[in-house]
Amino acid sequence: MADFPMPSLGADMQEGTLVEWLVKPGDRVKRRDVVAVVETDKAAIEIEVYEDGVIERLVVEPGQKVPVGTVLAVIRTDGEPAAAPKEEAAAAGEMAAPAPARSEAAAAAAPPEHEPAVSVPSVPEPAGRIKASPYARRLAAERGLALERLQGTGPGGAIRAADVEGGVAPQVPPAAPDQPPPAVAEQAPAPPTAESPPARDFQAGMRRAIAAAMARSNREIPHYYLQLRIDMSRTLRRLEAENLQRPIRERILPVVPLIKAVALALNEVPELNGYWLEDRLQPREAINIGFAIALRQGGLITPALLNADLQNLDELMAALRDLITRARSGGLRSSEMTEATVTVTSLGDLGVETVYGVIYPPQVALVGFGRTQEQPWAENGMLAVRPVLTATLAADHRATDGHRGAQFLDALNRYLQEPEKL
Amino acid sequence: MKTRKNATTRAEPVEREHGLHLLRSMIRIRRLEDKCAELYTTTKIRGFLHLYDGEEAVAVGVLEALTLDDAIVATYREHGHALIRGVSAGCILAEMYGRQEGCSRGRGGSMHLFDDRTRFYGGNAIVGAGLPIAVGLALADKMQEKSRVSCCFFGDGAVAEGEFHESLNLAALWRLPVLFVCENNLYAMGTALRYTQSVTDIAAKAASYGMPAAAVDGMDVLAVEAAAHLAAEAIRAGEGPQFLECRTYRFRAHSMYDAELYRNRAEVEEWKKRCPIATFTERLRDAGQVSDDDLAQIEAEVAREISAAVAFAEAGSQEPLEDLTRFVYSERRMP
Amino acid sequence: MTTTAETMRKLTYREAVREAIREAMQKDERVFLMGEDVGRYGGCFAVSKGLFDEFGPERIRDTPLSESGFVGAGIGAALGGMRPIVEIMTVNFSLLAADQIINNAAVLLHMSGGLFNVPIVIRLATGGGRQVAAQHSRSLEGWYAHIPGLKVLTPATVEDARGMLWTALEDPDPVLIFENSGLYNMEGTLPVEAGAVDIDRARMRRPGRDITIISYAASLFKALEAAEILAREGIEAEVIDLRTLRPLDDTTLLDSVARTHRALIVDEGWRSGSLAAEISARIMEGAFYELDAPVERLCSAEVPLPYAKHLEDAALPQVDKIVDLVRTMVGGHG
Repeated sequence: MADFPMPSLGADMQEGTLVEWLVKPGDRVKRRDVVAVVETDKAAIEIEVYEDGVIERLVVEPGQKVPVGTVLAVIRTDGEPAAAPKEEAAAAGEMAAPAPARSEAAAAAAPPEHEPAVSVPSVPEPAGRIKASPYARRLAAERGLALERLQGTGPGGAIRAADVEGGVAPQVPPAAPDQPPPAVAEQAPAPPTAESPPARDFQAGMRRAIAAAMARSNREIPHYYLQLRIDMSRTLRRLEAENLQRPIRERILPVVPLIKAVALALNEVPELNGYWLEDRLQPREAINIGFAIALRQGGLITPALLNADLQNLDELMAALRDLITRARSGGLRSSEMTEATVTVTSLGDLGVETVYGVIYPPQVALVGFGRTQEQPWAENGMLAVRPVLTATLAADHRATDGHRGAQFLDALNRYLQEPEKL
Repeated sequence: MKTRKNATTRAEPVEREHGLHLLRSMIRIRRLEDKCAELYTTTKIRGFLHLYDGEEAVAVGVLEALTLDDAIVATYREHGHALIRGVSAGCILAEMYGRQEGCSRGRGGSMHLFDDRTRFYGGNAIVGAGLPIAVGLALADKMQEKSRVSCCFFGDGAVAEGEFHESLNLAALWRLPVLFVCENNLYAMGTALRYTQSVTDIAAKAASYGMPAAAVDGMDVLAVEAAAHLAAEAIRAGEGPQFLECRTYRFRAHSMYDAELYRNRAEVEEWKKRCPIATFTERLRDAGQVSDDDLAQIEAEVAREISAAVAFAEAGSQEPLEDLTRFVYSERRMP
Repeated sequence: MTTTAETMRKLTYREAVREAIREAMQKDERVFLMGEDVGRYGGCFAVSKGLFDEFGPERIRDTPLSESGFVGAGIGAALGGMRPIVEIMTVNFSLLAADQIINNAAVLLHMSGGLFNVPIVIRLATGGGRQVAAQHSRSLEGWYAHIPGLKVLTPATVEDARGMLWTALEDPDPVLIFENSGLYNMEGTLPVEAGAVDIDRARMRRPGRDITIISYAASLFKALEAAEILAREGIEAEVIDLRTLRPLDDTTLLDSVARTHRALIVDEGWRSGSLAAEISARIMEGAFYELDAPVERLCSAEVPLPYAKHLEDAALPQVDKIVDLVRTMVGGHG
């Protein structure tokens, strides 16, 4: 038994309509006999068979449109006995089975009949989009410079490589006292985002916000200060050993174990982690450490490392790196800007020995770190030279007393002597 | 049909073996192309497929007059020429299957069969574009003092192209060894010669360039062969180019199938009565040179050849995709 | 020709091409020159002057005005074992032979699955600037560079005019050599023994740090002149001579842009869909993060070249336009 399929009558033919049968079941046909008329996109075409035999049955009715390859008729080739009707039907069914799949495939591959209407939505250019050349962007990223802080001298104010390389020198933030920025209740300056106003306005706004927050802090918060010299040799040794095994990009900065130690110590002295609101201390369960990041053109922001006590050093390092990058490029999330429960500020990089911080209201504590430097250190009756760091706690006397503050510094020191616990 | 017969078209009696050879050649083309048509309808072969059905006497007769040292440039309706030239049916079918075992590695398809061993410079699918190439092949031969013929096949449609006239002029001007063979099947795709040419006598156009030109009955393989022999001999004798118009007819559509709105059925049926295979068979039968057994044997042999060719094409392999960009530039330097 | 030193000599671009043809014909008897008026007339641009007397009418072959016919014949002759140099008087007339160049020469190797290569060299004069109006002033070499299967050369210097032909003749595939007609009278100094040169690399013609100017043929010299002027202002432009438009030497271009971070393409072709557009795209693809300014193009104005001199001058890339554009790209935004 041979199938007589819908023939392909041209390179572009996907399907055809059977117009007319020129044979009926029982008719004898021979090769090249015309047996049917098929309508294609071009015209009605007479189609021929390639078998000698007898038409067993016609499968497709006139008027039906079927894909190329669909069985149109079954031919009993010479020498074959007539098939029993049942078997024949089954066979025809089987033969026809692949056709729909093929048809779907053809439909999927076929181009749409009409070109779809293309509507081009007009996308307004974001007002504050920074124009910078690809090379300038690359250079700025390599040097950790925020494009927002650069003055473009290219066409339309575009930042070009020369602008990154020295056109605008980064500004050193005010040396001291280091102040946390406004946030929470204050109308804090939004972090630089796509909608941020030009840099100068932004700077002015930030300055005003810092001024408001710090004035309020100094006016309202009775600060007390505690200070502790900490031997950093164990922590640094461990860090060095760890970093030796890492590629440069994955090394952990010394400030990371400090942050972690603060977070763990706060677990032990939870009164320092929270807010003074409605005339009472409201400790917070989550330890979100606001980390002061100086911006190169001046001012600073203190985005939060969320749940710092629950992260290992690697995670903290990654989070910190991410935070710094985004803080300087303007990609901070609002939660990071508002959810700090305590602030850490480290000015050791600039050579400062001791930091006397101003608490960022409504927080109730600020931990400051100065420079780690080699100093004479007496221990167990022996004099040695150790890397020593001065840690300070500025705390709100309304929320805690010096005793709790001292316990905090003691815990902080303890963790830094047991770096394996960090 | 008005056929201007010259002395060469009156065929001499043919020897039995030679007659059987010509008949077998025409049947080989016909059966191969019948199979091509069938494979096309089952989508084994895709793209364009131009069949030579009805015109077999032209390729068979002309190629009979040439040697393997001569060069052939053909059109996109060239399956028969390639086959008779010596390209195997398997390589031809594999080419149409897009297999790397095809004579052009599947890069050309039906319209672009090539073979370097038989100096078969391709099916060229730009109407008229093959003529200048044949002129150049002949120029090379002349400059290298080689006594070879460059034979170019083209249709009546090419006669309207500038390249036809440029080529005839160049070949005549430089007395180059070119055999121009016009396969005049009366239709340039779907437009009849009378609607495209102010003068429909193609041989007369060629003669105007100062080259000998003859028109022969392209349905008569012996007439074609005789005329081609005469022309080839003249070329080899250094007499410059020759022109042969073979008046023929294609029984099938231009490409695979068309609705044939441009010609009526009666005309097709009238021409089919002059089928080169049927008429030549009758002629041999009348002369007692072919028997039913002979015919059955030819058909059986050809059927075996075709089925072996199909098997070869079916078993062919696809060129790896990594090779996609090969053969854009040569992979070896030339001497 | 005068000898300035024992090992150096002066000659024009025209003489360099003629010498290259003569040398090729002497070295390889398969080589012949064919084209309109190449023989008895001496060549439309006098390139082949004297060769007819030297080599005779068979090898310096005058053709009828049948561009398609004789270019196709060149293809056939190449297939038949010869090494034809086909001269199309100007690129404008190559349109009459585009069928043979694009439909035959460029594809026979591929369509035949590697069986038949076409070792033909086609020489064409190209370019505008001679007040010969729209039909004789086109720069269509970029068009041909679009076609896989062709190689497209644009010798700018006398050295390349002298040396590219032989390398092209040794190439197994079709090579188009575009000779900018404005260069034929240009003089250059060459070593006496100057010969074949490579045809696959772009060449830096002037080093610089501030911008890369990419050009070829006649525009190259405008770019070099502009670079001189810019140097006086402290802008150091690197000037690259493409030499070969297909295949393009990306490496040289991208290396230069990676140094200068700016690129200007100067091309006599029209900018829409141009070779300059292609180069610009490649720089974007291959050196995006090196770019400190948008890639700029200085092309011919989108108008058929007019006859009147002031209009034609305005339509073509000129030195002052290059200088202005570079200043804008390198300098401040004002």
